[in-house]
Amino acid sequence: MDKIIELKGITKSFGETRAIDDVSLDVYDNEFLTLLGPSGCGKTTLLRIIGGFEKPDEGDVIFMGRRINDVPAYKRNVNTVFQRYALFPHLNIFENIAFPLREKKLPESEIRERVDEMLGMVVLRGFEKRSVSSLSGGQQQRVAIARALIAQPRVLLLDEPLAALDLKLRKDMQGELKRIQKATGITFIFVTHDQEEALSMSDTVVVMSSGQIQQIGRPIDIYNEPKNAFVADFIGESNIIDGRMPKDFVCTINGRDFECLDGGFAPGEAVDVVIRPEDVDIVDPAAGQLTGVVSSVTFMGVHYEIIVDVAGFMWMIQTTDYVAEGQTIGICLEPDAIHVMKKSEFSGMFGDYSCFSDEYEEISDPELAAAAEEE
Amino acid sequence: MGRPRGDNAMEKNLIRADRTALAPYTAWAALFIVVPLAFVAYYAFTDASFNFTFENISRFFTATTQTASEDGSVREIRTYIVIFMRSLKLAAISTAVCLVMGYPIAYIMARSDARVQKTLMTVIMIPMWMNFLIRTYAWITILQDTGLINRLLSAVGLSPVHIIGTQTAVVVGMVYDYLPYMILPLYSVMAKMDVKLLEAAQDLGCSGLGVLRRVIWPLSVPGVINGITMVLIPSISTFYISQKLGDGKFFLIGDAIEGQYTANNLHFAAAIAFILMILLLICMGVMRWLTDKKRGGLA
Ligand SMILES: Nc1ncnc2c1ncn2[C@@H]1O[C@H](COP(=O)(O)OP(=O)(O)O)[C@@H](O)[C@H]1O
Ligand SMILES: [Mg+2]
Repeated sequence: MDKIIELKGITKSFGETRAIDDVSLDVYDNEFLTLLGPSGCGKTTLLRIIGGFEKPDEGDVIFMGRRINDVPAYKRNVNTVFQRYALFPHLNIFENIAFPLREKKLPESEIRERVDEMLGMVVLRGFEKRSVSSLSGGQQQRVAIARALIAQPRVLLLDEPLAALDLKLRKDMQGELKRIQKATGITFIFVTHDQEEALSMSDTVVVMSSGQIQQIGRPIDIYNEPKNAFVADFIGESNIIDGRMPKDFVCTINGRDFECLDGGFAPGEAVDVVIRPEDVDIVDPAAGQLTGVVSSVTFMGVHYEIIVDVAGFMWMIQTTDYVAEGQTIGICLEPDAIHVMKKSEFSGMFGDYSCFSDEYEEISDPELAAAAEEE
Repeated sequence: MGRPRGDNAMEKNLIRADRTALAPYTAWAALFIVVPLAFVAYYAFTDASFNFTFENISRFFTATTQTASEDGSVREIRTYIVIFMRSLKLAAISTAVCLVMGYPIAYIMARSDARVQKTLMTVIMIPMWMNFLIRTYAWITILQDTGLINRLLSAVGLSPVHIIGTQTAVVVGMVYDYLPYMILPLYSVMAKMDVKLLEAAQDLGCSGLGVLRRVIWPLSVPGVINGITMVLIPSISTFYISQKLGDGKFFLIGDAIEGQYTANNLHFAAAIAFILMILLLICMGVMRWLTDKKRGGLA
């Protein structure tokens, strides 16, 4: 696979805020790459640098082997689906989609043909004459995608395109986007703060925090082998526990040694240990490697989510067996349930469920956030 | 956005309450807008002893004057039609100049940061706080043969220009007076324009000029129409500017109304004003119809 975009040491500040901090990233042809991170971590800024709407303070943007730092947006073979679609209100659906072709002064017959093909792809045939405001959010979304794809860019940038849609529509559009990406073979760089969306759609996930890349990898690797406490916490649910590595393949938690699959640490090195809630086995207290007291039980449909007090640290455990609040249980951990990470700046910040509340759905779109606050 | 449903009824009540609260204002507005207009119409269609007549109206269209043309022959022209056409021409030129000057100013204003916007706004409004006679006199001292411009020109060794008493001087005066009325409506549509739309156009292959032609201009059309209306109407019926800056050589319809009024021909003055109003209404109607039609065709 060929590299289509290379970012080399990109830094960008707005006044005092360092929005992007020394980011290097390779994007390969045909891949579905997702920038994932909490609101304000610099995803939009990075996308705008690739699109040509912001100039990096330092570093190079390389597109197909050529440095494009100084190439204006309209000359880049990259198109964007904007966060709130940005459809032209003075043009109907046909003219919105035809917009880039008209700029190239293509013959009318070719324009008609290609717009029709696009309308077919986003399932909007028959909407040609409609005005933008008469379309639902999901339909506007599809027009924005068709308009961005009709010029056949090498790379499509999508900035939280699904954030404004309701859950059901969002699921449909996830599948739709994936299908379109496969059908066109165009590289997608997709921005989201929703980890589930990132894991289910992407070939490559780039996890970002405060302007820096924390980890790049396939979704399954990011989930199973998080690099630090930030990634472990942001991707799925994690118990992150202080531990020690007395020697390779042995890990000490709560004064007890566990067999594990990780090695390469200094003898006795302090580490962060990640244990996913679904990897914990609940057994009889007598048979348990550790014991704890159940402090709360929540029924989640397929499973129960229980919070267990293990020597003062609150673990989250997912189980299909019912246990009662106040009950003492035993805990067993298989070697592959234990994932050991080096200590990082994020150690101790995440992974304790003592003040657990259902994590609210984060809203990064400022307008939506404002609307949510009003209610 | 995000307003809970079921608030609609309450909103309607609020609107109704608003209407009631507005009633005194509505009466007030009716008194001060409708009553004077009714009086203009009444005077226009009556003679000195207040008997109904078309005399004043027909005089506007039929009155003639003898003028000597360049080859010495004497021609007869329709006095008020010629004056009206002259007013229309000067007003149209002034409006065009205001649009060409005002458009970029409004755009720059709308795109600069809040502090600059406020400053520019104040600078644009300041002349409007000054009495318009004073403004016109100021322009005389700037434009006259021994005025500021010519002194500057001779200071740098250029030959002087004769501006005062020409149509150019009249246009300068009108543009100065009415430019703010062009800028403000343009600014208000441009400030509302979503920057994302301009970025989207660039993203889709438009250079700066393409963005202007394909997005900014079409979206600013309502502001352009408002601006033209706000400038054309007062400049067509302006008086005094032309008397002073044009040396009285360009007698305009506003001057005609003023002249008839001061000569105590109230009924004929009212008739000219009335006809002017009807012609402007027709103009504006046609303009709105044209833009609505263009819109309808696109959407
Ligand atoms: N035009 C700007 N002016 C000033 N600060 C900005 C601007 N754009 C982004 N920022 C700041 O840069 C940081 C990253 O923003 P952004 O890239 O929008 O994050 P994300 O898209 O991940 O939510 C934030 O702290 C934001 O406030
Ligand atoms: Mg963003």
